[in-house]
Amino acid sequence: MSFELLGEAIIAGVLLGCFYAAVSVGLSVAFGLLDVPQIAHPAFLVLGAYGAYFLGSFGLDPLLAGVLLTPVFFLVGLAVYRFYHAAFESRGTDAGLRGLALFFGIAFIVEVVLILSFGVDQRMVEAAYIGKSVALGDVRIPMRMLVAFGVALVLITGLSLYLSGTFTGRAIKAVAQDQTALALMGADPVRIKQWAFGIATGTCALAGALLIIVAPVEPGLGRLYIGRTFCIAVLAGLGSMPGTLVAGIILGIAESIVLTSLGASWAPAVAFGLLLLVLAVRPAGLFGQR
Amino acid sequence: MVERPAHLAVKRWTSFIVGAIAILVVALLLARVVGNEYFFFAGYVVLQFIVLATAWNILGGYAGYVNFGSGAFFAAGAYTAVALIKAFAAPLPVQLVAAAMVTGLMGFAIGAMTLRLRGIFFSIATVAIAVICETIVLNWGFVGGARGATVLQPPAPAFFTSYTRLLFVIMTLLAVLAVALARYIETSWIGRGLRAIRDDEEAAESVGVPTLKLKLFAATVSGALMGIAGAPFPLYMNFIEPTSAFSLNYAVSALAMPIIGGTASWAGPVIGAILLGSVQQIVTVTMSSELNVLVLGLLLVAFVVAAPEGILGLARRLSGKAGAR
Amino acid sequence: MKFPFRAVLEVVGAITAALSVCAVLTSAYAQSKQPIRIGLSISQTGPLSGAGKSGLVALEIWRDDVNTGGGLLGRPVELVVYDDQSNPSMTPGIYTKLLDVDKVDLLVAPYATNQTAPIMPLVKQRDRLLIGNFALDVNAQIRHDKYFNNQPWASARDSAAPYLGLCRKLGAKTIAILAADAEFAQNLAGGIRAGLKDYGLQPVYDQNYPPNTVEFSSMIRAIRAKKPDAVFVASYPSDSTAIIRSVNEIGIGDNVVLFGGGMVGLQYASIMESLGSMLNGVVNYNTWAPEKTMDFPGIRGFLTRYQARAKQANVDPLGFYLPPFDYAIGQILAQAVTATGSLDHKVLANYLREHEIKTIVGSIRYGPTGEWANPRIVYVQFRGIADKNLEQFRSAGKQVIVAPDAFKTGEVKPFSQARN
Repeated sequence: MSFELLGEAIIAGVLLGCFYAAVSVGLSVAFGLLDVPQIAHPAFLVLGAYGAYFLGSFGLDPLLAGVLLTPVFFLVGLAVYRFYHAAFESRGTDAGLRGLALFFGIAFIVEVVLILSFGVDQRMVEAAYIGKSVALGDVRIPMRMLVAFGVALVLITGLSLYLSGTFTGRAIKAVAQDQTALALMGADPVRIKQWAFGIATGTCALAGALLIIVAPVEPGLGRLYIGRTFCIAVLAGLGSMPGTLVAGIILGIAESIVLTSLGASWAPAVAFGLLLLVLAVRPAGLFGQR
Repeated sequence: MVERPAHLAVKRWTSFIVGAIAILVVALLLARVVGNEYFFFAGYVVLQFIVLATAWNILGGYAGYVNFGSGAFFAAGAYTAVALIKAFAAPLPVQLVAAAMVTGLMGFAIGAMTLRLRGIFFSIATVAIAVICETIVLNWGFVGGARGATVLQPPAPAFFTSYTRLLFVIMTLLAVLAVALARYIETSWIGRGLRAIRDDEEAAESVGVPTLKLKLFAATVSGALMGIAGAPFPLYMNFIEPTSAFSLNYAVSALAMPIIGGTASWAGPVIGAILLGSVQQIVTVTMSSELNVLVLGLLLVAFVVAAPEGILGLARRLSGKAGAR
Repeated sequence: MKFPFRAVLEVVGAITAALSVCAVLTSAYAQSKQPIRIGLSISQTGPLSGAGKSGLVALEIWRDDVNTGGGLLGRPVELVVYDDQSNPSMTPGIYTKLLDVDKVDLLVAPYATNQTAPIMPLVKQRDRLLIGNFALDVNAQIRHDKYFNNQPWASARDSAAPYLGLCRKLGAKTIAILAADAEFAQNLAGGIRAGLKDYGLQPVYDQNYPPNTVEFSSMIRAIRAKKPDAVFVASYPSDSTAIIRSVNEIGIGDNVVLFGGGMVGLQYASIMESLGSMLNGVVNYNTWAPEKTMDFPGIRGFLTRYQARAKQANVDPLGFYLPPFDYAIGQILAQAVTATGSLDHKVLANYLREHEIKTIVGSIRYGPTGEWANPRIVYVQFRGIADKNLEQFRSAGKQVIVAPDAFKTGEVKPFSQARN
């Protein structure tokens, strides 16, 4: 691979990586901070993408659709967590196997419902920034990737500031580490966790909109993103926002270089291979203290 | 646990073996008597799910390690068979043994992973292995790559009027063997050890249960059985391609069937597989396949939340209530 | 825990009961023999549904034509249709069902190569007559003697030749090949690869990508970096769209004189309309275009009737690509059944092997492997296409036939020149 091509691949990889970080940030909260085995996270992303597609068919801009759907997804998240808590956490033991099976089942149901209502066809959206590109000298960068990049940065920075700068945000971080300290702060851990899970699910609406802006979406796409999102969440060190961004960029660059050199047929294995490597070598992730 | 007198155990095995032989005879009779070929086409799938569900339950149900990658084991078995057919035109028994060996090794590998990974980390790692296996097959031109491979069925032996009927009987045999193996593990000291691991791995370790050995054993057996379930698949379908062979449906079914039937005992996966498998097959004739997968997902969620002991547990609770009255 | 003998018997009973339920249900589906039942699966969802749905409309028009004319052998014709979702793994199950549960009298293959290849062993084992529906090279190895394909090309090798000829004409020395890793695309790319030497072409990039790939920027960048003279792409509808868009975004470089080749989907009205001016200059295979060399007797009349019906059914409003050929599939079956007065697959196959068949896509004679003896694939170049305008594709001059010579309606122009 020539030097110029490598440079282009890295630029594309950074943009792709920030997008990957945006779709993983909700999982970093739900799985990383709250310890909920949210394996249905990618399915909710795809659901968000179809939401943007559906509203887009009425002429709504996909990003705007994503913003509008965020509160809806937030409420869905609250409901899902309440259900999960009532079924498992409040009853104590054995949430492990069954909790996993529950979210696995939910992911599956979301996928099939999407197939039943939209068919197996790929769907895409129309917007002014899709299909155009920006020239940087000899390098042309698709505008949709720049949009995804920008939105991803806003989303992650916002969430990061929220978690470290507000009372609820700090309480969410505390839930993960020290429940007694949280009780001393006078907060109810269950309500805090429910709130946080709502936020995590809410990000799926906006991130899902990015998903369909970047490329066409089909109902089964979630499976591919199980690897990408968990790879990033684990690599990030469970719950760290800057970690999520760095992990996303690492994955993005790795995938981009593989795509440019080896071709697309090896790309799906990059995320999962990296994930296995991280699990084997440093399960605590790059930024984890555990 | 109270040790039972030895002659009772022998008697229970005798009745089990008699039952197993009875099932085989019924399968052979059916292969001669039933006229419609589609019966065997559909029945085969139900039997295949008995093997898959039983295999999953050995690691997932007894030891509590949730494998999301059953599809990869199934497909690895199937692709081992394809590779052998393409390379040596190997006969079916060789394919079965080789598939069991390959996926048994894979099982050993995920067993070794449990050294470091527990709970959801283990489960995610199995998803990762599934995708990596799929990518390897996608790029392996010899077995057809992404485009898939067609496989011609050899002529059926004299007793059978079609090869699908032969495969039906072979799958019955495999199902009986898998269930017998699961039953053996469950009732022996191995099963007790695995249950101890599931309940509290550290505690089991501290009282001297050889946890690693047991987990390696369970993972290997589970993997080998999944592979053997997949090995006849190319001949059954005449065709194989990675996307459907690695389909998530196998992973979901392999996990949903034991959970719905009940993970505590060997009968749970069998009941789950027969019930869900037949419903799926009947439903595919009459309505869309998505709808039947949806039913599977909803049932899984319902049982996980409301009846964690599965149908077996429900039945026990009902009969227990009736007995108390 | 006890293990009573009864439990075993119950399990045995349960298996037997479940299996007999299957048996009863399946036999209930065996229908009365009244109408002649023609079974097929065709993509009504998934990436190939764009053409699949239009082909089905054409077959329904044929069925209605036959039935208003008194049916075949005095019996009405009925279509038994399943949706394979453009998924190759669905078709073996569907065709087993068609044979054993629906017990159809005649079989038509699913639309396209990927879906047909998986059922070839089954059809050969059952020794059934199968009319192919746009499948490339699926019988080359299996050699089923009752397979008769209906599509205007016979093999990958001879469909590649005109494209390679265009490379030579435009003075290309190097070529990049990008192909989906699926049966049809690989067969087609194989035809190109086999002919490289004969046409003095140096491959500078040759990669496959798996189905469901959506992001092509990296590959287009890699191709551009190799500065090839010609690019051959073998792709499926959703990838074709993504590749054309990506070329438009990223650029492919000024060296490229010829771009396209085997892109499925660029014949579908909806895709042509949505890509619009991005198509200009692309040279791609086609089966029919409204050019003067393609006026076979009956085809214009059929298209008028099809287009009226397509509007109601909300399917491909032009119907140039698959529908005439699917109507012709009906004509092939009808001619054989009527001439022989039989539904015996052996008799029908013998007839098709030896006689010329008159259809709206011309007269067909069959070669030894059940392919057209005189293939007729054409390559068209998109010219002067405007955005968001479906009507433009009805007129001549938008899809200029540039090869082969027998059907040519214009000379090929270099890619970059034809783009502006």
